[in-house]
Amino acid sequence: MIPLSHYLVLSAVLFALSVVGVFLNRKNLVIILMAIELLLLAVNINFVAFSHYLGDPAGQVFVFFILTVAAAEAAIGLAILILLFRNRHSINVQDLDQLKG
Amino acid sequence: MLANYLPILLFLIVSIGLGFTLLVAGKLLSPSKPSAQKNSPYECGFEAFEDARMKFDVRYYLVAILFILFDLEIAFLFPWAIVLDDIGVFGFLAMVVFLLVLVVGFIYEWMRGALEWE
Amino acid sequence: MSLVAEDILIVLPEIIVSLMACLILVLDLYLPARLRAWTSFSLALVTLLITVLIILSNSDSNSVVGLNSLVVKDRISDLLKAGICLFSAVVFVYSRRYALERGFWRGEYVVLGLFGVVGMMIMTSAYHLLTVYIGVELLALCLYAMVGMQRDSIPASEAAMKLFVLGALASGVLLYGMSLLYGLTGTLVISEMSTEVGQIGTPGLPLILALILVVTGLLFKIGAVPFHMWVPDVYEGAPTSTTLFLAAAPKLAACAMILRLLAEGLEGLFQTWQEMLIAASLFSVVLGNVVAIAQKNIKRMLAYSAISHMGFFLLGILSGTAMGYSAALTYILIYGVITLGVFGVVLTLTRQGTEADLIEDYKGLNHQHPWLAFLMLLLMFSLAGVPPTIGFYAKLSVLQSVIDAELAWVAVIAVISAVVGAFYYLRIVKIMYFESPDTGTDIQLNCGNAQHLILSLNALVVVAAMPWIGTLAEICSQAVASIR
Repeated sequence: MIPLSHYLVLSAVLFALSVVGVFLNRKNLVIILMAIELLLLAVNINFVAFSHYLGDPAGQVFVFFILTVAAAEAAIGLAILILLFRNRHSINVQDLDQLKG
Repeated sequence: MLANYLPILLFLIVSIGLGFTLLVAGKLLSPSKPSAQKNSPYECGFEAFEDARMKFDVRYYLVAILFILFDLEIAFLFPWAIVLDDIGVFGFLAMVVFLLVLVVGFIYEWMRGALEWE
Repeated sequence: MSLVAEDILIVLPEIIVSLMACLILVLDLYLPARLRAWTSFSLALVTLLITVLIILSNSDSNSVVGLNSLVVKDRISDLLKAGICLFSAVVFVYSRRYALERGFWRGEYVVLGLFGVVGMMIMTSAYHLLTVYIGVELLALCLYAMVGMQRDSIPASEAAMKLFVLGALASGVLLYGMSLLYGLTGTLVISEMSTEVGQIGTPGLPLILALILVVTGLLFKIGAVPFHMWVPDVYEGAPTSTTLFLAAAPKLAACAMILRLLAEGLEGLFQTWQEMLIAASLFSVVLGNVVAIAQKNIKRMLAYSAISHMGFFLLGILSGTAMGYSAALTYILIYGVITLGVFGVVLTLTRQGTEADLIEDYKGLNHQHPWLAFLMLLLMFSLAGVPPTIGFYAKLSVLQSVIDAELAWVAVIAVISAVVGAFYYLRIVKIMYFESPDTGTDIQLNCGNAQHLILSLNALVVVAAMPWIGTLAEICSQAVASIR
């Protein structure tokens, strides 16, 4: 029997990794999209672990919804990425410099 | 606590050690006489036709996006199918409504020509 | 597990708007091209107005929880849903011509707008963390797409990317906080969570962490300092019609979400989140007002102004009293009306090829279009909070509630920065009235009669509504009475 804290630590590590991935990444927007997916997966681990230890299926139902929404989000993210690439011919994060005040 | 992970640690050590040993053994024991012919890449016995690193057509992304959206409803269908006996007509109708919404999306993508390749 | 008529009644507005959105989506495919733009527009407008009528006719003082306690219908949800539908209808009226000229007024734009409205309505009546999340995401996904709708515009696609990345990050952080809350309280229903949190007494570190994550997510969504980076870029880069859409109605939905999550669900942690909100709101008010002075682009200036107004809105929430919540609700409604008017004026001055988004473009507006300049004057006074306008009343009631909560120093800082803020609103008035236009420029209005009429009414309301402001405050204080 693996204690709850292990799951929580794993999910916290994944969460921290993905937040770092979003903020420190200066090269490629696709990596940001991947980091966001990782973020949602970290949350999923949390929900499933809690749901198991509480004996309450509601958390697992939540995970289904997060998965679906993550798919929709990935779809829109990719669509925006393609749009940006068509307009700018680059998906480099540092090239996003049109908007400044 | 951490002792639970001992089998995994053993597994890791054994697998890494085995892989490493086999690679080293192959390197040391096998005869090696490289030549230009042997080192050149080939596809099914022919000379390579083009570079393997090519760009994907952007239309693959469209197909991928649509695939992601429409394949995830399976995630809802499986649990629904398992408990269909317990949730009765209401559960059945709820799923019908859900699928109808997907059908609307499907009609839309079809009519907008998202499924045409050219 | 069954569905009763009561459950249907709770989510009737959402059902109607979603059905109509699906209908418009399909109709748009089959109608001949010349009918499309008009049909989708009028159907969307009719849908929203009918929904407002239905909401108002079903409104009563009962607070009903339904659909296995996923949703709730009470005064707050009724009031805000009606507001959201009405605001969105006005947004459609203002933005039609702009979007038509730039070639992105397609059926999809309307459909995305309607689904965004559904998302906002779900947020207002969410009573379960799952529905909160679904509502937030439905709105956010529609907004990402609407910002990127003008496909040939580089700023718009950049703004869409920024909004997407930061919005998704915010939802992720909010969600992580929700998952911790679920683990600590063992429930996803907000009222049960409130009881559980109330029994805890002094909160431990995990609960504080969960609270920090939830508050961070919420502040990201409303765009308060320190999570405001996306606001100016998105306001500036997005097509003005979309900026209008995301500037007004979503704030109402966010207000409901904050009331339900913080004021109701996490009421037991009031001391802790009050400190966070004090910091966030003061920084928003100060930074928003100071940075706005330096802006040359009016959309960017309005973005910083929005940040400072969100700070004022948070002032009402952080006082933690029924009076404060009601003041915050009043504030957000009044702010919505003014924002609609301001962006309505900006949209009226745009033309194909001209965005009219530089402050210089307003030079000498009074010489050519005195009526429009007068409307803009009213709106600017109202944003600044000058007395005979409803903007003044909104600020006054929020400050009153903060002082009653014995946080007078907070109120003092807020007032000082509001005075600083008045400078840049009045600068626009000065440019319109006391500077002559550059020679050779001919400012043309670009709006139909109906749009002009609605814009005039919209702007006049900020003064004309003053005699009835007590009624609005009364409605809002009755609404927040249903909390806890």
